[in-house]
Amino acid sequence: MTYLDHAATTPMLPVAVARYTEALGRVGNPSSLHTAGRRARKEVEEARETIAEAVGALPTEVVLATGGTEADNLALKGVFWARRAADPRRTGVVVSAVEHHAVLDAAEWLAEHEGATMHVLAVDAAGRVDPEELRALLAAHAGEIAVVSVMWANNEVGTVNDIRALADVAHSFDVPLHTDAVQAVGSLPVDFAASGADALSLTGHKLGGPVGVGALLLRRDASCVPLLHGGGQERDVRSGTLDVAGTVALAAAVRAAVDDAPRRTVELAALRDDLVARLVGEVPDATLNGVPLDAAPVGGGPARLPGNAHLSFPGCEGDSLLMLLDAHEIECSTGSACTAGVARPSHVLLAMGVDEAAARGSLRFSLGHSSTAADVDAAVAAIGPVVERARGALARS
Amino acid sequence: MRVLAAMSGGVDSAVAAARARDAGHDVVGVHLALSAKPATMREGARGCCSVEDSHDARRCADVLGLPFYVWDMAARFSADVVEPFVAEYAAGRTPNPCLRCNEKIKFSAVLDRALALGFDAVVTGHYARLTDGVLRRAADAGKDQSYVLGVLTAEQLAHAVFPLGDSHKSEVRAEAARRGLVVAEKPDSHDICFIPSGDTRGFLDERLEQAPGELVDAASGAVLGRHTGVAGFTVGQRHGLGLDRPAPDGRPRYVLGIEPVSRQVRVGPAEELDVRSVAAGRPVWHAPWGTVDDVVVQVRAHGGLAPARVTVSEGSLTAELHEPLRGVAPGQAVVVYDDDRVLGSATITATA
Ligand SMILES: Cc1ncc(COP(=O)(O)O)c(C=O)c1O
Repeated sequence: MTYLDHAATTPMLPVAVARYTEALGRVGNPSSLHTAGRRARKEVEEARETIAEAVGALPTEVVLATGGTEADNLALKGVFWARRAADPRRTGVVVSAVEHHAVLDAAEWLAEHEGATMHVLAVDAAGRVDPEELRALLAAHAGEIAVVSVMWANNEVGTVNDIRALADVAHSFDVPLHTDAVQAVGSLPVDFAASGADALSLTGHKLGGPVGVGALLLRRDASCVPLLHGGGQERDVRSGTLDVAGTVALAAAVRAAVDDAPRRTVELAALRDDLVARLVGEVPDATLNGVPLDAAPVGGGPARLPGNAHLSFPGCEGDSLLMLLDAHEIECSTGSACTAGVARPSHVLLAMGVDEAAARGSLRFSLGHSSTAADVDAAVAAIGPVVERARGALARS
Repeated sequence: MRVLAAMSGGVDSAVAAARARDAGHDVVGVHLALSAKPATMREGARGCCSVEDSHDARRCADVLGLPFYVWDMAARFSADVVEPFVAEYAAGRTPNPCLRCNEKIKFSAVLDRALALGFDAVVTGHYARLTDGVLRRAADAGKDQSYVLGVLTAEQLAHAVFPLGDSHKSEVRAEAARRGLVVAEKPDSHDICFIPSGDTRGFLDERLEQAPGELVDAASGAVLGRHTGVAGFTVGQRHGLGLDRPAPDGRPRYVLGIEPVSRQVRVGPAEELDVRSVAAGRPVWHAPWGTVDDVVVQVRAHGGLAPARVTVSEGSLTAELHEPLRGVAPGQAVVVYDDDRVLGSATITATA
């Protein structure tokens, strides 16, 4: 099997598996006052400190949650509610056109059910938000916006945004900024304090930790109304018995991924560049979506996720490509949203101005910590005949 | 062979896929997404196009160990099945969308794509027998679906596999249970999959500019009432005419004819429905052209059988019925059988 879908989920790092399984054997609710509870609390707090340290946050800023989806929902809805409560004129929600559905659909829900006005920030042909666009939008709606959300790195095409610049713009209008950094943490240098963001989502399973654990980094001074009510475990912003084993494993994974990032980023980018060059060698009319591989750095790091290769293969259906590659034991993704497993043309590509046919004929190969040169070789060896066959299928239908 | 199993999420297509695999074929399961905005859950026993049905299909493929994908056929389905369905009703005819789906989607768009992707055939859970390119009625007379497959050409049939033709539905359900398929007890889908409410009239009203017209007595020309639009009426229809006055003789009245231009719907007594001659167009024919006698024609999916003498030439088919048939609606297919063998089919254009 050639697994080239790390952006969907990546294998757990051995260190995280070890910490996870070890911790699963111990009892203790971190809210209990007895010895077992205190030990569990200690483990969680140490893990929180580890996470905080690795991503440039304070331990109190780490609000543990079940993953990216919950963190995104909490940030969008919670910050919206808090800001609107403080100033009823602030009913606007600004999101970029290429956000993950966890952000987009949360914003749409606020518009449909909470009287919010949703503003969608356009992106350029590479999928990036221009801070000047944000400035223009906020200037046009001064005093009306409750929260802005722009992702750190896009999950489909890998494009990185300049979060520092966007946060500065948002703050100049006294608007908090949330960033979905699910794809960024562990792949790019992410420093919460330096980024200026008020809230940041991260999740374990994209960086070598378990599925079902993640965090919203929330600045100490950011106010946020809870989504889940109960014991108030996490700063009264999030309730639910803490997942000790998951948190411990998340911390181990974040620590390892962040420490290893400088080396792995270079390695992955080299593998990815080789993959793209050779795929285009096999299929000369294939085009790379997103920023060029040699684009200038953004915010002191790569302009594109190092493991991301997203290409359009003219004359093909992504569905057909995926199925044929699967038959060759190569696992990748069309990168687009699925409803009942139905591939729709990606809203990300459409927002970038890619036409619908090209959007449908796209594949995302995403490399990660377990990727090797042999994976690249396998994909390159398969792509020519697969594209030819897929072209035949589209031509006939 | 490498075969593609079209899996609706129902029991029949799941067992068909399982049997194809047991027969030694290399099977890949595909669920056809026919609606651009599928409902999350199935409504009652109707339809096969909800997300829940897609999940059921996936679970069956998992249990059978088959690779499984969802193919988006929504645009093709809309253009080739739903839009013509609406247009046919608007023209006063009565379409059969299941037949169109077989003709244009399952054994055309899907088959073509499958062949291009390296498959040899498409497997479905239809109840019909197919041997050496000859299509026959299913062993289970109550479930026989040869009527909605009669439209398939020899070329299409050459790439079709129907593993359920020799089985009874009860056997198929028992086999599904034995194989651990969760859909073993799932109710049969009936009606039209894209009208899960079963309200065809409402569906048409939403999509057509319906204009009111008159219900007239076919014999006297007397206006008996008014209707809100011709689309949705079917020749032979008795219920839902909205006639509050009974016929003078107290007997029920039926739709005899639909005139979309004048928007008149002609009604009359049952015996006026008797048809002795059927003209049809676009024939698909599996026997030498010319005349065949002592064959049986079927003019709708359930019932509507009569012995006949049938003449087929390029572009048209006529059937002289040896016994009259009632409720023969233009737009439906006439399928011609020699005993249980399908000789061919055509689309009914006129009756006399
Ligand atoms: C950018 C982005 N945000 C949010 C999510 C959702 O995260 P999770 O799977 O942890 O809920 C994902 C992953 O699917 C993602 O790629």
